[in-house]
Amino acid sequence: MSNIMGTPGLDGRFGSFGGRFVPEPLVPACQELEAAFADAWSDESFIAEYRRILREYGGRPTPLTKCGRLSEELGIELYLKREDLAHTGSHKINNVIGQALLTKRMGKRRMIAETGAGQHGVASATAAALLGLECVVFMGEVDTKRQELNVFRMELLGAEVRPVTSGSRTLKDAVNEAMRTWVSEVADTHYCLGSVMGPHPFPWMVREFQRIIGEEASSQIHDFGIDEPDFVVACVGGGSNAAGLFSGFVDSDAVLVGVEAAGGAAISSGTPGVLHGMRSQLIQDDEGQITEAHSISAGLDYPGIGPEHAHLAEIGRARYEQAGDDEVVDALQRLASREGIIPALETAHAVAWVIREAGGEIPLGSKVVLNLSGRGDKDVAQVRAILRGDS
Amino acid sequence: MGAPNLSPTFESLTSQNHTLLIPYVMAGVDDAWIDVVHAVIAAGADAVEIGLPFSDPIIDGPTIQEAGVRSLERGTTAQSVLAQLQRDEFAVPLVVMTYYNVIAHLGHERFAGEAKQAGITGAIVPDLSLEELDGWERVAEDAGIDPVLLVAPSSSPERTKKICARSRGFLYGVARMGVTGERSSMTDELEAVVAKIRAFPSPPVCVGIGVSTPEQAKRVADIADGVIVGSALVRRVLDGEGPDGAGAFVSSLRNAIDA
Repeated sequence: MSNIMGTPGLDGRFGSFGGRFVPEPLVPACQELEAAFADAWSDESFIAEYRRILREYGGRPTPLTKCGRLSEELGIELYLKREDLAHTGSHKINNVIGQALLTKRMGKRRMIAETGAGQHGVASATAAALLGLECVVFMGEVDTKRQELNVFRMELLGAEVRPVTSGSRTLKDAVNEAMRTWVSEVADTHYCLGSVMGPHPFPWMVREFQRIIGEEASSQIHDFGIDEPDFVVACVGGGSNAAGLFSGFVDSDAVLVGVEAAGGAAISSGTPGVLHGMRSQLIQDDEGQITEAHSISAGLDYPGIGPEHAHLAEIGRARYEQAGDDEVVDALQRLASREGIIPALETAHAVAWVIREAGGEIPLGSKVVLNLSGRGDKDVAQVRAILRGDS
Repeated sequence: MGAPNLSPTFESLTSQNHTLLIPYVMAGVDDAWIDVVHAVIAAGADAVEIGLPFSDPIIDGPTIQEAGVRSLERGTTAQSVLAQLQRDEFAVPLVVMTYYNVIAHLGHERFAGEAKQAGITGAIVPDLSLEELDGWERVAEDAGIDPVLLVAPSSSPERTKKICARSRGFLYGVARMGVTGERSSMTDELEAVVAKIRAFPSPPVCVGIGVSTPEQAKRVADIADGVIVGSALVRRVLDGEGPDGAGAFVSSLRNAIDA
């Protein structure tokens, strides 16, 4: 087995990416977390509890669904890993259950989290409620308006939502504010970061908590008489659902494809830089100032990408492609009308790439596994507005 | 035109039992920012921290964030600031404070070279932790720029020892766990962090984060070698008090420290 997607080095590097670029007050907290995670992840009782909760509460394992009608239309065999059926409607639950258990193990009573579209915020609030932790979610003011219902959902779950009014008032600013708050409250508070980004150990830890997606999918594909798929596809913002799925196939011959939003394509349009504690590919201007990402989906409006993805791109083990807003809306409608599944707008980026490239980059007859990372209920009002020409 | 070198200046002043005062000025925040630098020097600053704005300042609170946004909106860049500084002469050392991406993006060598030409002889890069320091440290020292490192209340004695040994010019003691910003009171973390640092050999110990009033500056001066004041001064500049207001505030700090 290769060491790709294994344990990063002591300094938290994936090739030249990753690391721990945080102010000194936070370094000890990151070291404490690294030690706590390494200890927990080698403790069978911790892993058993994590798996038990995901099974009895989180709805795992999620099924692998073969698309009948859409496969026929596209001339490929398309399989969907159904993270939309996990509790709270996306893969985010895998990570937050792990981190909430770790929070308790470290003796902390409170979690803070950032959120863009609200999925990670809702998942964090859910895990906090389940395990009796306090929860504060930072959300850009712009996003609190775009995703009002998710704000209310988090409040119903007992979390406090703090609108962030600094900078561009979106996801990257929510991360900034969560980090600032973590500095002053680190003694009793864990920062439950939502993706495979940030300072070491977060990119590694979050990938490990999402590894279960790829582990299940690589086994479930055998039930369809397939040894290994030809393509493994997932949308990428920070990149946690993609990292989880890819980890199950990285040692196979499958082509790994991450699909970014065209307006926030850190791999295709970005350059190396340091943000939020990591060295990765970033969207930035000529002066090294980070610029705002723009896409139809709040969850992909992030100007960076997890450092391990930057590394997978650099060594050529994964490819990173783009999908634009229009084809994403088309893809959402097509999956809904052909298969009865409404994907999240984030997820629809991956669907759009497969639809576009079937018979092109994806040869006819190929077997494709796509991570249906989240359900689209949260997006239906926005999609309706777009289709009616209201926005 | 230049400015004095940081390390020898601070060593000499500290050996004379002079307590150091380091105000922070956000570069490019308005047309008068260079005048503010001169005003705080005239009012008794021993060095000036020159802030280069960054879009995502994770250790800064609302005041310095606001100043950074204002400066960036005016089109400020690292190179425009350094070019402006280079045209002037300063009576005390200049220390740049910025985030690592601003330096990395321009390139270590180029940034260090242009900064030195502008009279900068110290650099505070808060998101460059001990573990990530190597590349920048080597280039900065070769160019004659002292890397100034931070010790926090959360730093273990083991880390503190390493940081004390590698910091140049002065050591930045973080007075409390939190971001920059004005505070109505100071906590016991101040005395604890200074005591922790004093256990090891280090360059002069200057303390900042949340030092907002002459009384607080005095409390810091009683135990540390120097006092760093940022947000309280930046707030006055943002409120339009200009070089005169900035100078008057720094005078009040100087008087309290020396009393």
